[in-house]
Amino acid sequence: MLTVRHLTKSYRSAQEQVAVLRGVDLDVAAGESVALTGESGSGKSTLLHLIAGLDQADGGDITLENVVTTGLPDAARAALRRDRLGLVFQQFNLIPSLNVADNLAFQSRIAGRHDAVWQDELVERLGLAALLKRYPEQLSGGQQQRVAIGRALASKPLLLLADEPTGNLDEETADSVLSLARDLVARTGCGFLMVTHSARLAATLDRQVQLHAGLIR
Amino acid sequence: MLLSHWRRHPMQLATLLVGLIAATALWSGVQALNQQARASYDRAAATFGGARTAMLVGRDRAAVSQDLFVDLRRAGWPVSPMLEGRVPIGGRTIRLLGIEPVTLPVEASATAEVGKGGVQAFITPPGQTLISPETLADLGLMEGATPAIGDALKLPPLRVQPQLVQGVLVVDIGIAQTLLKMPGQISRLLIGKANGPRAPLEQVTGNQLRQVEPDAETDLERLTDSFHLNLTAFGLLSFVVGLFIVNSAIGLGFEQRLPMLRTLRACGVSARLLNTVLLVELVSIAVVAGLIGLVCGYFIAASLLPDVAASLRGLYGATIPGQLTPKPEWWLAGLAISVLGALAAATSSLLKAVRLPLLAAAQPYAWQQAQSRWLTLQGALAAIVLTGAAGVLLLGDSLIAGFVVLAALLIGAALALPVILGLVLALGERSTRRPLTKWFWADSRLQLSGLSLALMALLLALAVNVGVGTMVESFSRTFTGWLDGRLAAEIYLNASSEQQAVEIKRWLKPRPEVKAVLPGSRTDVQLSGLPVEVLGFADHATYRQQWPLLEATSDAWDRVRSGDAAFISEQLSRRLKLGVGDRLEVPALSGNWQLQIVGIYADYGNPKGQLGVNIDALVNRFPAISQTRMGLRVQPADVPALIAAIQQQFGLDGRNLADQATVKAESLRIFNRTFAVTAALNAFTLGVAGVALLTSLLTLSNSRLPQLAPLWAIGITRRRLAGIELLKTLSVALITALLALPLGLAVAWCLIAVVNVKAFGWRLPFNVFPLQLIQLLGVAMLASLLAALLPIVKLLRMQPAKLVKVFADER
Repeated sequence: MLTVRHLTKSYRSAQEQVAVLRGVDLDVAAGESVALTGESGSGKSTLLHLIAGLDQADGGDITLENVVTTGLPDAARAALRRDRLGLVFQQFNLIPSLNVADNLAFQSRIAGRHDAVWQDELVERLGLAALLKRYPEQLSGGQQQRVAIGRALASKPLLLLADEPTGNLDEETADSVLSLARDLVARTGCGFLMVTHSARLAATLDRQVQLHAGLIR
Repeated sequence: MLLSHWRRHPMQLATLLVGLIAATALWSGVQALNQQARASYDRAAATFGGARTAMLVGRDRAAVSQDLFVDLRRAGWPVSPMLEGRVPIGGRTIRLLGIEPVTLPVEASATAEVGKGGVQAFITPPGQTLISPETLADLGLMEGATPAIGDALKLPPLRVQPQLVQGVLVVDIGIAQTLLKMPGQISRLLIGKANGPRAPLEQVTGNQLRQVEPDAETDLERLTDSFHLNLTAFGLLSFVVGLFIVNSAIGLGFEQRLPMLRTLRACGVSARLLNTVLLVELVSIAVVAGLIGLVCGYFIAASLLPDVAASLRGLYGATIPGQLTPKPEWWLAGLAISVLGALAAATSSLLKAVRLPLLAAAQPYAWQQAQSRWLTLQGALAAIVLTGAAGVLLLGDSLIAGFVVLAALLIGAALALPVILGLVLALGERSTRRPLTKWFWADSRLQLSGLSLALMALLLALAVNVGVGTMVESFSRTFTGWLDGRLAAEIYLNASSEQQAVEIKRWLKPRPEVKAVLPGSRTDVQLSGLPVEVLGFADHATYRQQWPLLEATSDAWDRVRSGDAAFISEQLSRRLKLGVGDRLEVPALSGNWQLQIVGIYADYGNPKGQLGVNIDALVNRFPAISQTRMGLRVQPADVPALIAAIQQQFGLDGRNLADQATVKAESLRIFNRTFAVTAALNAFTLGVAGVALLTSLLTLSNSRLPQLAPLWAIGITRRRLAGIELLKTLSVALITALLALPLGLAVAWCLIAVVNVKAFGWRLPFNVFPLQLIQLLGVAMLASLLAALLPIVKLLRMQPAKLVKVFADER
């Protein structure tokens, strides 16, 4: 479903060019959950951002369901994120002006794929029924991340991308949130690529891929 | 270390400086104008025994015998005689003062000036006429000239006295008695401060004289108070709007430095030291900005001074010199206001710094709950202030009460604005289920607290613009219609002498193009201590049809023709509290003239009260009155030829012979200049409000990335986000502008029905000018668009890498 080939990306830092990704190859199959690990600065987040179309690669290809996404213009990459991807970040990144119910339905509604039954199921599975009228700042970190996962999955994406989704949570909450995410991913049959520092959490997914010095090891 | 913040955020420093400079410049500029005018009034009051000098005057202020001066001097009174009258020069009458320089009290400030030229030269024939440079220029004369004042009399050679007030000629009292044909008479006696034994006044002069104590405030000051209050109000408004910018810049700077302040505290820097450093930093910036603001204020004042001078001359007959000379205390006050303003704008940030906890705590309330509490409190405050305004409107009856109503109305409305905006936005949010539209309304609500100060500034600036614009436009329309009524004749002429006037009338009689000759005449009298002009006009259909009567009896014109009735100008009727049907007595040479008021007419812009009477009756009561003025009714097409013929035949120049169009154009020019200052201050205030909106939006745009980035990540393009952001700004600006319209009309009503009536004595009809409102709405939206554009362009051109940083954990 997701194929990454020879992906390169570098940044200009002060006076020098820093190569972050130096020819990355990666595959994620539908229904498969993959943990992307590596030390700080190894390029994990950069790889995730390139797959999400948040940034543009210098070279190589990313193919999602037979569609090459590298080189797509800004608007097409935005449509890709809206219609086919679900994104979860470490900082939760909910919309502060909307309450939990509106945050949950936001992406599925703008993608035109809102499914009330599926949303109700998400609310129930994520334990958010009592929190629907609350605003993000009134929630704990774990609650916010559950909302973020719900929002990302509400539109039934092809691929769920998560960047350190449990980085701001304690171990117990992290386990519970990730367990929920894994269950829901299995329920939708979408692919799941998660960046994490934690070997323990990485071990709970189907496969682990390690990124070292800009290359998959 | 703290200063490095400004180095890294130069735009923020620039915004802070711009806010402080704008606030200080506008406030100081207005204060410089007020100070200049007040100094001029003081000079007028102090020179040659104005209201600042104690004096002895006749019981009915009539002239008294010069012998009284001799008697009083012998009785030990340090008095100096003075004679006052008016002399005609070049078709105008100028105030002539006769002084006695040897006995003139030092505090009347003239002796030194006369002394410079030599008292000898001043009092010995041919003597000297002291004149201010401005008056000399107005009369189109040269120093040394000896202008004729009729009946073969001439003034002594003119000598320029730079410190002399405008519109006054000063000669030796002996010469004045000859020129004014008042031999052996004096108008008043100035009392010096020399202390010594003196006999009681009654013992020396009986009951012929009474003592008048010096006034702390002159008539001119009282009259012009409203004008200066108006200017001060504008200055204050601009100052407050400028402080909104400062508040927003300081608030942002503080929020951005919070982590650094916490770190410093954690490293052991005491709260006291940190707060002291922040305070010193703020005061230093305020002093620098204050100095720049003062220089800008000086230039603003200098550029507005000609228009202010024109306004004061046009409205009150007050003259102020064209050279701006700010006093040292003006500079100090400017610096102080800059520092105090900065401290006031930074109060909330400084208090936060004082109470800064070492660790950042979680938010106990959702933004909605916090906003709801803030809006409830603000709504309650607005209700209290607006109720107060209504109370003062009902119970107050003074100019100050009028301004209090205006201020309370504006403050109450500004406080109510976020409450109304909050309700409208909540309503919008509730009315939709579409996710982006819902977010549009919800996010606008979220931004409300950050934008509210700037929107309040916009509301105030717009409302004042609408209010003043409506008042000026009402005045303009009324004034134009009024001019049509008052300037009904096609040609106005003023003969150089009564003999020439008779010759002109004889010459005009057989000319077929002249439909009517309308003689006019006027004299000055005092009624209840007020200077009043009595205007005589002919009984003619021209006046009957066009005189701008506001109220009259059905037989008013017939009654006026009979000579025992008069029309009264609106301002005089208000000052004397006289209405149609009331009676008054005008002091005339043959005894008091009993007149019944049969009509009230509009006499806009005239500082003096006026009575309109039949010209024959006026000449009967005042036989010595000059009868040189007349208006001619002529077919408009014949005007140029007739003017040319009169000029050729009688040698009258442009000052004594003018067609209606020229007089109207000149009157409208003066009118327009009168409101040029208001228009300029209006534009400044709107400009500052625009900058306030821009700085608030820039401030917000810096903190909005975490709110916008998730939407971008979810799949909304930057272009669409920028479009939505622009639409949001324009929407709240539009709601604010729409609210400013009724508020502005309320301000206009308050100005027209309360402030103007108290300040000037006349009330304009209240009109609404929809086109003007639409225009202003357009200007407001344009200003908002310009203010919103920079943050929007920043968002549009933002590199994805910067947006991605929001999600990166290595931030």
